[in-house]
Amino acid sequence: MYDVPTTERGVISNQVKFEAKNVQVFYGDTHAIKDVDVEIADKTVTAFIGPSGCGKSTFLRCLNRMNDTIDICRVEGKISLDGDDIYDKRVDPVQLRAKVGMVFQKPNPFPKSIYDNVAYGPRIHGLAKNKAELDDLVEKSLRRGAIWDEVKDRLDSPGTGLSGGQQQRLCIARAVATEPEVLLMDEPCSALDPIATSQVEELIDELRANFSVVIVTHSMQQAARVSQKTAFFHLGNLVEFGETSQIFTNPIDERTESYITGRIG
Amino acid sequence: MPLFWLILVVLGMSAIGFVLGRQRALASAGGESRDLHSLPNYYGWNVALKAVVPAFLLLILWLIAQPLYVGSSVSATLPDSAVPEGSTRGLVMAEVRRTAEGLDNAVEQGLLDDDFATNARADFTDVTQRLKDAGQIVTAQITQPVLRAAQSYRVMNASGSFYMMIAVLLIAAAGFFFAVRETNAEFRARNVVENGIRALLIGAASIAILTTIGIVLSLVFNTYEFFTLYPASEFFTNLTWAPSFSGRGGGSDLGIIPLLWGTLYISIVALAVAVPIGLFAAIYLSEYASPKVRAIAKPMLEVLAGIPTIVYGLFALLTVGPLLVSVFGDDGLGWMQSGTAVMTAGLVMGIMLIPFVSSLSDDIINAVPQAMRDGSYGLGATKSETIKQVVLPAALPGIVGAILLAASRAIGETMIVVLGAGAAAKLSLNPFEAMTTVTAKIVSQLTGDADFASPEALVAFALGMSLFIITLGLNVFALYIVRKYREQYE
Amino acid sequence: MTDMPMEDAPVRGSLTQVDARTKKRNAAEKRFKAYGIGAILIGVAFLIVLAISIVRSGAPAFTHTVMDVEFTVTQEEFDAAEGELFKTKAYSNLFISKLAAQLEEKGLEIEIEEAAIERLLGKVGADIREFYRENPNALGTPQRFELSASSRVDGYFNGRVTRDTLVESRFLMLADLDLVDVLHEAGIIKGAFNWNFITGADSGVDNPGGAGIGASVIGSFFMMLVVLFLSLPIGVAASIYLEEFAPKNRFTDLIEVNISNLAAVPSIVFGILGLAVFIQFMHLPQSAPLVGGLVLTLMTLPTIIISTRASLRAVPPSIRDAALGVGASKMQAVFHHVLPLAMPGILTGTIIGLAQALGETAPLLLIGMVGFVARGYPEGVVAGFTDPNSAMPAQIYTWAARADASFYDKAWGGIIILLIFLLSMNILAIILRRRFERRW
Repeated sequence: MYDVPTTERGVISNQVKFEAKNVQVFYGDTHAIKDVDVEIADKTVTAFIGPSGCGKSTFLRCLNRMNDTIDICRVEGKISLDGDDIYDKRVDPVQLRAKVGMVFQKPNPFPKSIYDNVAYGPRIHGLAKNKAELDDLVEKSLRRGAIWDEVKDRLDSPGTGLSGGQQQRLCIARAVATEPEVLLMDEPCSALDPIATSQVEELIDELRANFSVVIVTHSMQQAARVSQKTAFFHLGNLVEFGETSQIFTNPIDERTESYITGRIG
Repeated sequence: MPLFWLILVVLGMSAIGFVLGRQRALASAGGESRDLHSLPNYYGWNVALKAVVPAFLLLILWLIAQPLYVGSSVSATLPDSAVPEGSTRGLVMAEVRRTAEGLDNAVEQGLLDDDFATNARADFTDVTQRLKDAGQIVTAQITQPVLRAAQSYRVMNASGSFYMMIAVLLIAAAGFFFAVRETNAEFRARNVVENGIRALLIGAASIAILTTIGIVLSLVFNTYEFFTLYPASEFFTNLTWAPSFSGRGGGSDLGIIPLLWGTLYISIVALAVAVPIGLFAAIYLSEYASPKVRAIAKPMLEVLAGIPTIVYGLFALLTVGPLLVSVFGDDGLGWMQSGTAVMTAGLVMGIMLIPFVSSLSDDIINAVPQAMRDGSYGLGATKSETIKQVVLPAALPGIVGAILLAASRAIGETMIVVLGAGAAAKLSLNPFEAMTTVTAKIVSQLTGDADFASPEALVAFALGMSLFIITLGLNVFALYIVRKYREQYE
Repeated sequence: MTDMPMEDAPVRGSLTQVDARTKKRNAAEKRFKAYGIGAILIGVAFLIVLAISIVRSGAPAFTHTVMDVEFTVTQEEFDAAEGELFKTKAYSNLFISKLAAQLEEKGLEIEIEEAAIERLLGKVGADIREFYRENPNALGTPQRFELSASSRVDGYFNGRVTRDTLVESRFLMLADLDLVDVLHEAGIIKGAFNWNFITGADSGVDNPGGAGIGASVIGSFFMMLVVLFLSLPIGVAASIYLEEFAPKNRFTDLIEVNISNLAAVPSIVFGILGLAVFIQFMHLPQSAPLVGGLVLTLMTLPTIIISTRASLRAVPPSIRDAALGVGASKMQAVFHHVLPLAMPGILTGTIIGLAQALGETAPLLLIGMVGFVARGYPEGVVAGFTDPNSAMPAQIYTWAARADASFYDKAWGGIIILLIFLLSMNILAIILRRRFERRW
């Protein structure tokens, strides 16, 4: 067995946030996701792991309907958030994405000032009544993003001028500024150096107090470090889903075992 | 057509040279082409190129230099008394050239014999009459000095052409024999030929530089000449544009300001049409349209860019102008006097620029990374919010560059304003009034009856110079912005 | 980070219920999208209006009104007319009597004045006399004459001249229109296809009916020959050097900067260049297609170089490596392998460049190709290059600038011909691209 320290902190909430039933995703003729059933709990970090191209990112993007922006992508099955089917015709993806924020693989700050980057979400959703409230919200979000101390003196300088790790934490601050309930993270550390990675991982653990976090990662150590639950994807199938400690110490499926011991990947 | 034959003879020599060079190379290797350094054809090319290239270079140089030399030496023989009051030596030389040409044509038609055309004692009234009989255009009465000058002009030109033929043939023959002699099995023909071809390629690439130099020189010299006849300060500050039509003598007001104003005003109207439509079209095509719609709408818009400007000019003059008059003219709102106006030209020019703005902006919007859009969508922004607050600000420098390029197009556009804008230079704010532009005046000053040496014609070069500098500045600046923008996202 | 205020995320309403703010935002979204669609529609509408106005205004140029009469002139009548002092007038009268007889046959009656016939048809007597003097055998047998009516009669039929707007002049009187109506009713005056417009040369300012675009098509043709034979080899050579051989140095940079700037220099500036260098400095003949071709070559070169370089760049480096690998020289690799593979792209770019050059007008204005009345075809190939001629767009401009509004039809008609040429060139380019396009 692959010996990694697993997180043992905090109680895992049993309240279900997302529930996916029999989800299929097609890119044109390619069947990218097959029969995925998963339940994602509130105030928990859930990690999706698996080899490249296994569909974990695709599935993540289904959760806030980011796949809508890709013309050839088609989603079947049912995904519900707090009991509401998010693919229901009456659901506005804009409202959904305000509830389900997202942080991307590559830090993608807007070419605006740091302040405007964070204020963008609150502004479009009308979360602040006046400038003072907005200032508060921006500060709070930057603090939550653990970057306030580094940028508080230069809120007007462009966000693109920060270092990679700072940019990613800015993007996290930007995502939490809209006060989402779920935070999706698509390999948030893959473009960062080890120091920045550990800062972001620490941050993720703190965010768990307020949000349900879903993180896609390539690194099994990272999954083990930050998550309470882990889902292993392989060739578009959800192979195994369970407590992180169980997945890493005592996997049920043979494929999971092969992957975490490095035989496939 | 001796020049035509000269070219043919040189080409013929080079063709013979090719065969000869090939044969000689093969012979030197005893018919065994594998013993040659290069393929046999390279030996042939070596001879062919050496025969033709230096000869043609000489020919071109001679053709350019001869008129200069003949012109200046004939001009030097003209006594000062031959230049009438108020005229210039250049004008008289133009007369000399015309007369010489008339003599040539008359001789060709057999109405004058060659002796007579060169006879120094020939009487000018007689010659004038004979030229008129021959159907040659003789503008002013030919004076004796002009006739003498024309005669020596003819003689010098004829002997010049003769020497040119000799020199070109000699050079071609020299290259030919030199190349044939150096041909043997060890000779590295391929390397020599490839170096030669490389030189030709460099020459071809340099034509871009030569063109620019040609443009700059032709503008600078004539502009300088204009400023010796008309003060530069007047040109840049005078608020009226009123050239006298006599073509000679003062009395002209040649201020560029009203023309610049007309140019600017029309361009502003054009951009006011083209920028919003083009930009929104680009946004729709790149962000909203399905591939099918895009495949139809994009080429349809681009057809507008492929239509020649003369068509737009006619459209302005005959369709849009009358249409606007029927709405804003005396029968309607009473703002407009005639079909040619700032509005007419600006509107049509705007239509012409739509595809220009839209395809440039389309490229630029597409260059904004998808990650930016994802970031915004991920926060729950709608498409239009994403476009307005993320994509457009990110693309702004590029779009500004595109608009500047479009502005430079508008400023340099000629046919639409010549046909649609009117001819009167005015400093007015009424967009329904006729105004004129720098380009339109370049055309009218150079296609009228004014002599090329008069300030009324030369002013066109000063206008061209201003136009060139303005558009060049805009282009360089716009291309710089666009390039910087591209690099940012690469 | 312990001082961070930790609170629960606010609980919001159900996803399936769209709140007021989202409604507003979605409305803004719809509006924004509508602007985009509106912009596209406006652009397309302009195109359609342009197309309609070209076709509607240009079609009359391709038809003209003719008087189609068939009658017999006997030997006696011929002799009698030849015996008169004013022979042309005698033939006119003869024609009028024949015409009147035909109308009577059809039960139509109208006074036909000789002057009216002259206004409608010109000197018809002279035409008839010439015909019979040349073909004496035709005497005594019925002959059919197709006589062109004046351009004002054309105007009457296509609505440019109406009874209300007609200003009586020596060209057309109000009473003439009655005659025209009767003749039209009798089927004698009718429309016919105007071959002369396509094949003929320009006419003087007083004869819009006789103007044709043929001579200027030839002028354009010779100009395009010059452009093709100069810009293709020079453009390809320059592109090969820049793309395959040029070292990265100041000189190459200078060339690159020059090319991209020349591509954006206003075309009128090239006209100034042509005037100053080719005509004033080198004394090449004015109005000659050779000079026009040279100017357009310099103008098209940047376009051709840019597209040629793109085609060369599209050939993958592996091809060059393969050729170099078997011992070819760099020059051989380029000329044997890269160039042939890039050729379809180069040709496509060249055709598009030529199409641009064909429609270009402004530079031609300055080298004297406008205002020149091309009354005939050039004699021989050399003359085709050096003799003064017009070119299609220049001819169109000349017509548009004439005072007589009848020439406007001709200008629009000329545009149709020009656009047909441009369209066929572009279609050829598209076919070439489709046929030979290669994806690496």
